[in-house]
Amino acid sequence: MEIVLFILFGLLAVAAALNLLFQRHPINSALSLVVVMMSLAVLYWSLGAEFLAAAQVIVYAGAIMVLFIFVVMLLNAGEEERTHGSKIAYIVGIPGAGAIFCLLSFAFLSERSQLGSTTLGGYLSSAVSNITEISHILFTSLLLPFEVTSLLILVAILGAVVLARKEL
Amino acid sequence: MSHLTNFEVFFLLSILKIAVVLVITLMGVAYTVLLERKFLGHLQNRWGPSRVGPFGLLQPLVDGLKLFLKEDMMPLAVERPLFILAPIIALGCALISIAVVPFGQATMVHGVDLFQIANVNIGLLVVLGVTSIGVYGITLSGWSSNNKYSLFGSLRSTAQVISYELALGLSLVGVVLRAGTLSLRGIVDSQTAHGALSWNIFGGFQFVGFFIYLMAAYAETNRSPFDLPEAESELVAGYHTEYSSMKFAMFFMAEYANMITVACVATLLFFGGASSPFGHTFDHVASGAIPSGILSIFWFVAKVFGFLLLYIWVRGTLPRFRYDQLMDFGWKFLLPVAMVNILATALALAYHG
Repeated sequence: MEIVLFILFGLLAVAAALNLLFQRHPINSALSLVVVMMSLAVLYWSLGAEFLAAAQVIVYAGAIMVLFIFVVMLLNAGEEERTHGSKIAYIVGIPGAGAIFCLLSFAFLSERSQLGSTTLGGYLSSAVSNITEISHILFTSLLLPFEVTSLLILVAILGAVVLARKEL
Repeated sequence: MSHLTNFEVFFLLSILKIAVVLVITLMGVAYTVLLERKFLGHLQNRWGPSRVGPFGLLQPLVDGLKLFLKEDMMPLAVERPLFILAPIIALGCALISIAVVPFGQATMVHGVDLFQIANVNIGLLVVLGVTSIGVYGITLSGWSSNNKYSLFGSLRSTAQVISYELALGLSLVGVVLRAGTLSLRGIVDSQTAHGALSWNIFGGFQFVGFFIYLMAAYAETNRSPFDLPEAESELVAGYHTEYSSMKFAMFFMAEYANMITVACVATLLFFGGASSPFGHTFDHVASGAIPSGILSIFWFVAKVFGFLLLYIWVRGTLPRFRYDQLMDFGWKFLLPVAMVNILATALALAYHG
């Protein structure tokens, strides 16, 4: 059951990501990204991380992508023109992407024992709630990174306000 | 049902539940429209629809037939796929979130809960997530219509929904802190001990959260006094200007289905869901499984009905906000008050236990 969902939505995520690249209108690309986010949420869910799945849908698909589409609509961005692009991008781009893919898969495969593993749907029936576990980790062992991240976001917000204001 | 396996029973009962809930929700949507027209009429010293059937009770059917028979116009300059997709997203998302709502007390038949389609342990987040996806329907409809009024309407709607979503989410945190779970059934169960006294709005001291939720939810569903996206005096009809026939009807149904969802969530989170306001005082009167099940559904429907009336009453009473007032109200009033509410609830819970 879970393996079928995993394969279906994994393929959907890849297809939507490719569609994102090939679509020429920014709105269509943004909508493809929404599909990618939602498929990722299903993948998280099928691994038993239901809180992460819900957060993915609410934060990424529901808030951030809406903001993207809002900006695209507000700026009235039209279809992008086909350009030939730079030669360097053609020469380096595809081998570079391939190299990054190989590097990442090598790192994940060689560190497999360190990263640990999970079975599909293995945590779905467990009695321990995701939220309890996540909040426990966030507020004990990962407290410093958590707070530093929130400070970083606060600084970014203040910076945006400063840039947006004409006079200060 | 002895010759069926557990999975078959689960499967058949689930399909039955989905069909029944879908039909009831759609009928509820149709009759909420009638309720609005009647009640609004009486607020304004007129009768409202009264010609079709007794007291105008068949009016929704005739309305539906009219919309169904109208010509489905498709302007030439629209972005065709998105123009068709938008009403489907709007109505689909509006109907999906009803799936996690528990309508009555837990009544198990062969291990299947009769009064709830799916008891998800993150039910509240499912409702929030589906609602936040529903905004794509409005956004895309305005953009794909290729009409400046539609675009203005959907821009306003998007900005409004993003702004009020924060206050809406934060206003519910107090309830979640008290219940200690995100499951809607669990939240209802945490309020059933002493009737109305243990409901979150009274015994839980969540009335601040409740009023923030109510205002933010009115803004989320684009209802008066937050109906700027379809302000008919400025924007013709806002985001659905170019829509006709069944596509328009889908937006219309989505709006009312969202109203019903908001009423359901307010009932579940703040008014004890399907629990009786008298607690267990009158349990001996309706003691069997069937009477108590019917009674719990009665209480749930009565509360939802009350919230729908409140929706219409507010629409008949309050004038529309101006755009800057809307933004100020959301960001400078609702959001800080919601945060203070979370802090106060958390401190009180930490102090008492």
